[in-house]
Amino acid sequence: MKALRKYVDKIKPHFEKGGKFEAFHSTFEAFETFLFVPDKVTTSGSHIRDPLDMKRTMIVVVVALVPAMLFGMWNIGYQHFLALGEQVSLGQAFWFGFLKMLPIIVVSYGVGLGLEFLFAQLRGHEVNEGFLVTGFLIPLIVPVDIPLWMLALAVAFAVIIGKEVFGGTGMNIFNPALTARAFLFFAYPAWMSGDQVWVAGLKHGLQAVDGFSGATPLAEAAAGKIDQLPSVWHMFLGTIPGSIGETSVLAILIGAFILIYTGIGSWKIMLSAFTGGLVMGLILNLFAANPYMEIPAWEQLFMGGFAFGMVFMATDPVTSSQTETGKWIYGFLVGIMAILIRVLNPAYPEGVMLAILLMNVFAPLIDHYVVEANIKRRLKRAKVSVQ
Amino acid sequence: MNRVIKLRKGLDIRIQGVAEKNPVSAPPSETYALKPIDFHGLTPKLMVRPDDMVQAGSPLFFDKYRPDILFTSPVSGRVKAVLRGERRKILEVVVEVDGKQNFLEYRKGDPLQMKRAEIVETLLKSGVWPFIRQRPFDFVANPADTPKAVFISLFDTSPLAPDYSVILQGKEKTFQTGINVLKQLTDGKVHLGVHPEKSDRNFVNALINTEIHPFSGPHPAGNVGVHIHYIDPLNKGELVWVVNPQDVLIIGRLFEEGRFDARRVVVLAGSEVKKTGYFETMMGASVEPMVKDNVKEGALRYISGNVLTGKKMGPSGYIGFYDSLISVIPEGNYFELLGWALPGFDKFSFSRTFFSWLRPGKTYRLDTNLHGGHRPFVLTGEYEKVMPMDILVMQLFKAILTDDIDMMENLGLYEVVEEDIALCEFIDPSKTEMQRILRDGINTLVKELG
Repeated sequence: MKALRKYVDKIKPHFEKGGKFEAFHSTFEAFETFLFVPDKVTTSGSHIRDPLDMKRTMIVVVVALVPAMLFGMWNIGYQHFLALGEQVSLGQAFWFGFLKMLPIIVVSYGVGLGLEFLFAQLRGHEVNEGFLVTGFLIPLIVPVDIPLWMLALAVAFAVIIGKEVFGGTGMNIFNPALTARAFLFFAYPAWMSGDQVWVAGLKHGLQAVDGFSGATPLAEAAAGKIDQLPSVWHMFLGTIPGSIGETSVLAILIGAFILIYTGIGSWKIMLSAFTGGLVMGLILNLFAANPYMEIPAWEQLFMGGFAFGMVFMATDPVTSSQTETGKWIYGFLVGIMAILIRVLNPAYPEGVMLAILLMNVFAPLIDHYVVEANIKRRLKRAKVSVQ
Repeated sequence: MNRVIKLRKGLDIRIQGVAEKNPVSAPPSETYALKPIDFHGLTPKLMVRPDDMVQAGSPLFFDKYRPDILFTSPVSGRVKAVLRGERRKILEVVVEVDGKQNFLEYRKGDPLQMKRAEIVETLLKSGVWPFIRQRPFDFVANPADTPKAVFISLFDTSPLAPDYSVILQGKEKTFQTGINVLKQLTDGKVHLGVHPEKSDRNFVNALINTEIHPFSGPHPAGNVGVHIHYIDPLNKGELVWVVNPQDVLIIGRLFEEGRFDARRVVVLAGSEVKKTGYFETMMGASVEPMVKDNVKEGALRYISGNVLTGKKMGPSGYIGFYDSLISVIPEGNYFELLGWALPGFDKFSFSRTFFSWLRPGKTYRLDTNLHGGHRPFVLTGEYEKVMPMDILVMQLFKAILTDDIDMMENLGLYEVVEEDIALCEFIDPSKTEMQRILRDGINTLVKELG
């Protein structure tokens, strides 16, 4: 450790102002603070500080995503060999998925972090850790066969248009990962929907065995083939086609537990979002005008990206409501909208993405009313005390 | 006694080095200092020069904009130095004792029999007045004002805080005199915030002319600002005055003895102190005799006050005007390899992102490392977990950062001072300098109000 520190100290002057590699100052700083928590001490205010910083916060979210990612890797292989009709071991399936997934992760982080470093350097501030999570989320919400250049384009779009134009992490209006997904969805719909894209190889001419359908439960339901839906147990475990990390409700619940227990993710948003989804599902059950609307409300929560979206995307602290009361309202409405869009609009089988983006827009409005209520309470108190 | 107000939000920081409740003696300090930086918004005008002789109670400087308010020497002796900082700002006026401790004498008497104007005059002349502070904004009270109430918090919940039930023991009579003085200054009540268990029941029950309010819960339950919020909240245009418990004693002694007697028990605490304890000393005394040969090796930070809100000073610094605590903790100027990624069994954190949650009772040797870099606001709802008042902390700070005066007023800037948001600053993962920003906001608001 000492030798490493010595080396860092030795090369540091080159990256300072006037040094040879001044243009990489932010990049150097990012790597230095990644390796070492800086020796900076408090200079104003509280003399002691909680060890929780932005890096720790983000890494906790990444850890919470790991079960979904590991399961996703295995499921890529599992679905692929299922389509081929081959029996393989757990390790083989996982290895296949790992090799498929690795380039996606590399491209996502490579493009995104590259842009983050560039913007940090241009703006002259430290690299923000926000992309640690975004870069991990994006691979989990795309189909496995997504061409890498498309992914790179989407990541660039999300980082630049979704985040940096607003001022960077903490200032953005839309969830960057969902911005990337929305970009792909509208720019390259052929690669983002249909029966072919969810299982590795199908899009590239792989011949599936008879009886294998690469369609996601949402697509089946939207097509009215309710009888072909996988069992709830399969949807819970996640052994179904879908975006890489979204299929296993079990893995997502493990992540949700980590987020809630550490206090990093808002349990209020998660709870109210699931409640909202359930309520909307029940309302649709009441009307039951078509087979899709007849699906039991609680089963809806297991389908598509609902669980993943509500646990990892709706809870993004920057783009969701920032007041505690607002979080209840925001989460509830996200849940309502997700199921509403999914079931009633056949053009958008995945309502979760649009619901969260839509509510991202309304979150500041919700906060506005919560803040107004706080102000009114204070003014009312003043009037009472005058009497 | 009123119903106990139970607070749930907040945090007791489990820091090592809580002082043993033993009286400790140290050689008396040779020098004493008054520090203008202890008073917010004060522009001091010097009244002495180096080598002038002063008595206990002789004014050293006054407030340029409120010349009635004098700041007087706690000891008799010779003015040794006037320490100045950038742009000749006065940092310390140091007095070297002559060993005689001659007092200037003031009119003594039963405050309940005195007129308000006489009381105010005595307080001002003796230099005891600045112990009375106003809320909002935490300025020295203005003698021209009449507050709607006076607040005293009889317990301190901040890290390593002194136990006032120990300090005040046997001083009931003087404390009562102090309360009587304060009672004469307000048209309203003198409110006393106490802890249902930690405060000395017999002491509290013996007091009159005051209203008792028990508060329980984690820090900041002992903050007087929190008490004001629950008992008689501050709205625009309203004023309350606050006094620290030991300063109530100083006020009491002024009227009992006719002297500015600045004696005070100061607690020396912190993980780096060898022998902690309760020192009988005086406001403005040098800490040198207390800490000399009494601290551990290494780079240390000496703080007058608690680790959340206190002021940094050197090993021969002076006890602050309002402080009853000296904290000594290690500096944190070290690099930590992958510190943010380690499990963190030995890191005290409010969040459960470090595995120290597995060791609920453990206390920690906390240092001054910032643990990360400054970032914009990202996490939300964190501050509210340690803020027992109905205040939207992040929104208030955004109003301050954008100079939005209306919103600052509307969101409760009148109700908070540095100590009330110190915990928010402690837990903030974005490492925002919240106490500094708050003071900037207060200055902006005061300027605007004119």
